[in-house]
Amino acid sequence: MTIELGHFALILAFVLAIVQTGVGFAFWRGSGLAERFVNQAAILQFALVGFAFAALTQAFAADDFSLRLAVEHSHSLQPMIYKLTSVWGNHEGSMLLFVLILVLFGAAVAAFGRSLPADLKTLVLSSQGLMVAAFSGFVLFTSNPFWRLDPAPFEGTELNPVLQDLGLAIHPPLLYLGYVGFSICFSFAVAALISGRIDAAWARWVRPWTLASWAFLTLGIAMGSYWAYYELGWGGWWFWDPVENASFMPWLSGTALLHSAIVMEKRNALRIWTVFLAIITFSLSLLGTFLVRSGILTSVHSFASDPTRGMVILTMLALFIGGAFALFALRASALRSGGLFAPISREGALILNNLFLSAATAGVLVGTLYPLLLEALTGARITVGAPFFDVTFGALMVPLLLLVPFGPFLAWKRGDLGAVTQRLLAAIIITVVLSLLVFGFLGFPLTLAPIGLAIGIWVMAGAIADLADRAAFGRTAWRQSLSRLRGLPRTAWSTAIAHFGLGVTVIGVVCASAFQTEIVTSMRPGETAQIAGYSISYQGEEEVSGPNYVAERGTFWIDAPFFWRDRAVTSERRIYPASGTPTTEAGIRTYGFSQMYVQFGERFGEGGRVVRLWHKPFVLLIWLGAVIMAGGGFFSLTDRRMRIGAPAPARRKAKPVGAGQ
Amino acid sequence: MAWTRKQKRLGVIAGLGVILVLAAGLILTALRDQIVFFYSPSEIAEGEIAPGTPIRLGGLVLEGSWQQNGQDNVFVVHDGATEMTAHFTGILPDLFREGQGVVAEGSVQGDGSFLATNVLAKHDETYMPREVADSLRDQGVWQGEEG
Repeated sequence: MTIELGHFALILAFVLAIVQTGVGFAFWRGSGLAERFVNQAAILQFALVGFAFAALTQAFAADDFSLRLAVEHSHSLQPMIYKLTSVWGNHEGSMLLFVLILVLFGAAVAAFGRSLPADLKTLVLSSQGLMVAAFSGFVLFTSNPFWRLDPAPFEGTELNPVLQDLGLAIHPPLLYLGYVGFSICFSFAVAALISGRIDAAWARWVRPWTLASWAFLTLGIAMGSYWAYYELGWGGWWFWDPVENASFMPWLSGTALLHSAIVMEKRNALRIWTVFLAIITFSLSLLGTFLVRSGILTSVHSFASDPTRGMVILTMLALFIGGAFALFALRASALRSGGLFAPISREGALILNNLFLSAATAGVLVGTLYPLLLEALTGARITVGAPFFDVTFGALMVPLLLLVPFGPFLAWKRGDLGAVTQRLLAAIIITVVLSLLVFGFLGFPLTLAPIGLAIGIWVMAGAIADLADRAAFGRTAWRQSLSRLRGLPRTAWSTAIAHFGLGVTVIGVVCASAFQTEIVTSMRPGETAQIAGYSISYQGEEEVSGPNYVAERGTFWIDAPFFWRDRAVTSERRIYPASGTPTTEAGIRTYGFSQMYVQFGERFGEGGRVVRLWHKPFVLLIWLGAVIMAGGGFFSLTDRRMRIGAPAPARRKAKPVGAGQ
Repeated sequence: MAWTRKQKRLGVIAGLGVILVLAAGLILTALRDQIVFFYSPSEIAEGEIAPGTPIRLGGLVLEGSWQQNGQDNVFVVHDGATEMTAHFTGILPDLFREGQGVVAEGSVQGDGSFLATNVLAKHDETYMPREVADSLRDQGVWQGEEG
């Protein structure tokens, strides 16, 4: 019964979204009634979809195997947490989660957007309503999670064992909060284009939503990467796989949007570009959804896919993007460009940032879609692999990263590069000294790795120098500088934090790629293998059984160098009998930021095992940096300054201002 | 410098244009050099692929062909018409099975065998790599559902 109620709630939300869209677009101009209606509709939709989602979750939790979805993706022996995550560990449920996040952002604008002008708000919610209608329609008509089975089987066929991991509890919701969160920026862009209200105030309203989505997406991608790293057992953390690119492209263009919106807000320039980016970013999210869900590209992360559903998503993609760009074409010519600025200025730096990020997005897009294009044109089947992305993306990131520390130092309108270099002198010296030390420590190798490290150090040093300069360290007394530091606007802090995190990630990426060591060897109990100063001895294996699996567990003893404690680590080869699926659970031990990664392989000879060992120096910095970046994003959301300065008496919503002032 | 507004804008646009052209050139060059073609054993048997060129080989693992000696694996990939021996050193993915689809990255050797540097893992055992499904359908071996 609950399931039918949930189903009915989703149908109601679908119908309500259609009405909301119709009313909103028809009467947005100066009708307080329409505004109140779309507002209520947005909040009611959230309640309805939330109920539908809760009903589905309840059925999974209660092992209701009359629900087809639960039969296909759950099992009574799964631990409760995996029963719950099974809800979105499949196509239908994850699309419902998609809709839930769409309505969540709609409701958030309705609830917190009180300072928005009524017409703009009506349009934003109507546009969001249109997407809710499209995607809840998609769920209802092509991917309905609420179908029952009669007669109901006694047992389900279990969630794909690879997905039975805490990663599934965290990664998809975070990723969707980011990915789908950009829908609200898209709606803001559509609203701006229809109402013609494309000004600094618009940028101020759209920025907190961009920041929030961006920060969630950053966390979501990082979490997904770490999950793939420890769960898939290949020791890799990024594969330039289509599914990964699908979430990375919106991140890149979202990062560009974040920066261009600053220019639009502060200087009323780059208006066309910012609106364009807001459209592009969500379009890339939609494209990603299409790529992932249609299975049109071969991915190492295979999802159950269905070409007909893919076609429906493609059609929606075409309609949304086409519609938005048609609007854009109609309106953009009427826009006059705003504030003047010299090429060397904060504006100029942010334009360069946008240029490199957009070019990188385009590179990733081309690499992702090129196999499709070539196959359609010539029939040749190709893969664009990591080397392509390493070359193009790497080459575009190097100049961008070199420029990052300069940006926050440049003045608006007209900057002085000489003076900025002088203020960055400390950072430059620190970078050079540290880089030389690293270079010397490595024995002056003729590789790119030390250069990569130097770039990472430079970005981090630049971020610290930014804060130090703002607090006037060295120019005034210590005490005064400290109090200035405390008094800095949170947005200044958040810029520095996010940029610092970027540098941390760069260092992690360089170290993990350049300095990792790997051996594959066969070991008998009692034998020892040496890797990167660690000696790892194989203790033996035992049979163990978990709640819904049996496993062969290999135990290893790691003698670590330096002051690290020696510890045991286990790696398992599991079989999940319900589906007969084997998985490998890697054994991972963390030493500072580095990790030892042990993978237990096939039997070999008498009592022997093939064992794969990786030493991954500083690999944790990759994800730590991403978490710091996201932290910077969230921190800037707490800045109050702009709420006071907002044109209308802003109460809770307008908390914009990310970086710089 | 007393640049006019127009000159400044032109300068900025020219600068941006140069960067864009460089980026586009980079992407196109990399596309030419860095892509990896996918072949079935039959296509490789036609002999047009130079030994050493990185390619992807896809097909079914022949039943009873997988021999393992520690980390050294030898198996035969076939597409119904042609068979090809592949060597791989390392740990095969969990879902590597005889009789199932496989995609291996590597290159053809002088002796006509395939040396794999990477064998792709798939999450789902009912999953058939799309290229493998297509090429098997071309060879008439497999008539699984589309996609």
